[in-house]
Amino acid sequence: MEKFDKLTGIAAPLPLVNIDTDMIIPKQFLKTIKRSGLGVNLFDEMRYDRQGNEIEDFVLNKPAYRDAQILVAGDNFGCGSSREHAPWALLDFGIRCVISTSFADIFYNNCFKNGILPIVLPQEDVDKLMDDAERGSNAVITVDLESQTITGPDGGEISFEVDPWRKHCLLNGLDDIGLTLEKAPSIDAFEAKMSAERPWV
Amino acid sequence: MSGKTLYDKIWDAHLAHEAEDGTCLLYIDRHLVHEVTSPQAFEGLRMAGRTVRAPDKTIAVPDHNVPTTLGRENPDQMPEDSRIQVAALDSNAKEFGIHYYPVSDVRQGIVHIVGPEQGWTLPGMTVVCGDSHTATHGAFGALAHGIGTSEVEHVLATQTLIQQKSKNMKVEITGKLAPGVTAKDITLSVIGATGTAGGTGYVIEYCGEAIRDLSMEGRMTVCNMAIEGGARAGLIAPDEKTFEYVKGRPHAPKGAQWEAAMAWWKTLKSDDDAHWDKVVTIKGEDIAPVVTWGTSPEDVLPINEVVPAPESFEGGKVGAAKRALDYMGLTPGQKLSDIEIDTVFIGSCTNGRIEDLRAAAEILKGKKIKDGMRAMVVPGSGLVRAQAEEEGLADIFKEAGFEWRMAGCSMCLAMNPDQLSEGERCASTSNRNFEGRQGYKGRTHLMSPAMAAAAAVTGKLTDIREMM
Repeated sequence: MEKFDKLTGIAAPLPLVNIDTDMIIPKQFLKTIKRSGLGVNLFDEMRYDRQGNEIEDFVLNKPAYRDAQILVAGDNFGCGSSREHAPWALLDFGIRCVISTSFADIFYNNCFKNGILPIVLPQEDVDKLMDDAERGSNAVITVDLESQTITGPDGGEISFEVDPWRKHCLLNGLDDIGLTLEKAPSIDAFEAKMSAERPWV
Repeated sequence: MSGKTLYDKIWDAHLAHEAEDGTCLLYIDRHLVHEVTSPQAFEGLRMAGRTVRAPDKTIAVPDHNVPTTLGRENPDQMPEDSRIQVAALDSNAKEFGIHYYPVSDVRQGIVHIVGPEQGWTLPGMTVVCGDSHTATHGAFGALAHGIGTSEVEHVLATQTLIQQKSKNMKVEITGKLAPGVTAKDITLSVIGATGTAGGTGYVIEYCGEAIRDLSMEGRMTVCNMAIEGGARAGLIAPDEKTFEYVKGRPHAPKGAQWEAAMAWWKTLKSDDDAHWDKVVTIKGEDIAPVVTWGTSPEDVLPINEVVPAPESFEGGKVGAAKRALDYMGLTPGQKLSDIEIDTVFIGSCTNGRIEDLRAAAEILKGKKIKDGMRAMVVPGSGLVRAQAEEEGLADIFKEAGFEWRMAGCSMCLAMNPDQLSEGERCASTSNRNFEGRQGYKGRTHLMSPAMAAAAAVTGKLTDIREMM
């Protein structure tokens, strides 16, 4: 997993509530057996017409936002399906950070497994960043994970919360599985205890 | 100190490791796997030279992509990319030695229907799957939730998940349900009351007389949609109905192990003095047969109401409702029961069980679907299909004009050829009415199986109480 420490990039505004994972990556693109290559189909049905032509007024098709690395979105971003194809598509497009007032649980987890930082902020902070993101090519913001701060184009700072363990993993690009396997003796012991107590499992 | 909730008890019984910083490793008893969210996980294992830690606790079944037409064993029936994905599951199941129900097996079906049917799902277990509707298994008093593909790989390799504990939420449905009101109406009404993010960060325990009165099938319908309310999982404490359902299933414990299991299962309920972070109480008698009008499961109303005006909402919901009405082609003030439909889908992990098919068939007996209507029944598993044929339900559906399909996820998410075309409007027993969910620009109204069957007959959304 790629590390995440500090990111300075264009923020794109998506002021819609309940952006679901079907919107982020529609099902026809889930038939891949790879993790890569989904960026071109990110937000496919909002981004392209039926003939595959770009829909001009969709934010990521606008010249200023084509290289966006940050999304600022409405409540409950990533609701719906557990498909990790959603963060894979965001990452493949180049998005490394999503900011909203709330995220759906599974999507939120999936982001951390892929080097994407989802940030939860109060409505007023999201409104402020949404305004900043509306500034086109001037919508440059900096997200610093170490200090847990977001700096807007005017220099104003907003701080955010993040779970210390997840922060540690993102900062160091750590692989969960390798870390858990270091605890194999605890898992072995638990399994032995369980097979005595609940042998039917 | 207050007592424990059912969730607390299952959590404590599966805590394999707790680090000093509070990070927990939760042991997983059952890992269900399907073809869409697993290929990258198995590939990850191979790349790292890892194996599946507990193949005997890992169960795979293809369901999302598979065609539901007869003769589907013929690989030519599947598009190339679907065929590759199903073939990958075939070969991964073999390579890693996990339990497998291939398309050709009569026990194949939607993973969340197969698990309980085969007795893999038992009270007090932890159950995960790379699918958000894993919440279904909570009906057995199992802690069950969806995970992403990275976590699928983590469970395959370690049989654990890195977890943080959720908060406890109690949803109580008191009293009796009115005639015509079903488990689907309960679960949609709860989402209508709490919103699609109302459960975020919580595990919900459903309780109350109306929940206890539900069959296991109905309880599965309720828990299935916990995720649509944002909750990580939904739970219902096991009782005699649960034990009765589980007993004798192929992978349920037998003999002395059954007795030992029962002794523990009977302790699986929330203590009277347990602490709840949030409590929602709804009177069973206040729940009406409902339908969705928008593009989020929270956009739900009793069938006898009218399409709402976007201005009646607040904040971001005003814009969302405008967008939804535009997408759905509806006008504020329009009666929901005047909305004409052209497609009916009965099936999915929400409503593809035998009781659902019985409820729909009861409405359709001796009736025909409206001219020009496309209607299909997709049983949740091959065994549900066989049972429905034995009970004569299949004949009722066929005589009414429904297509009688093979088992799979089908038009719930339309990854296989069962899709809506642009502008088509569907009365669906599935779980999501998102934009494009059942096909590009397709329009979905969620409802119970009986309501969907009634709509097939009348050609519009219909108050089931008028047909009873």
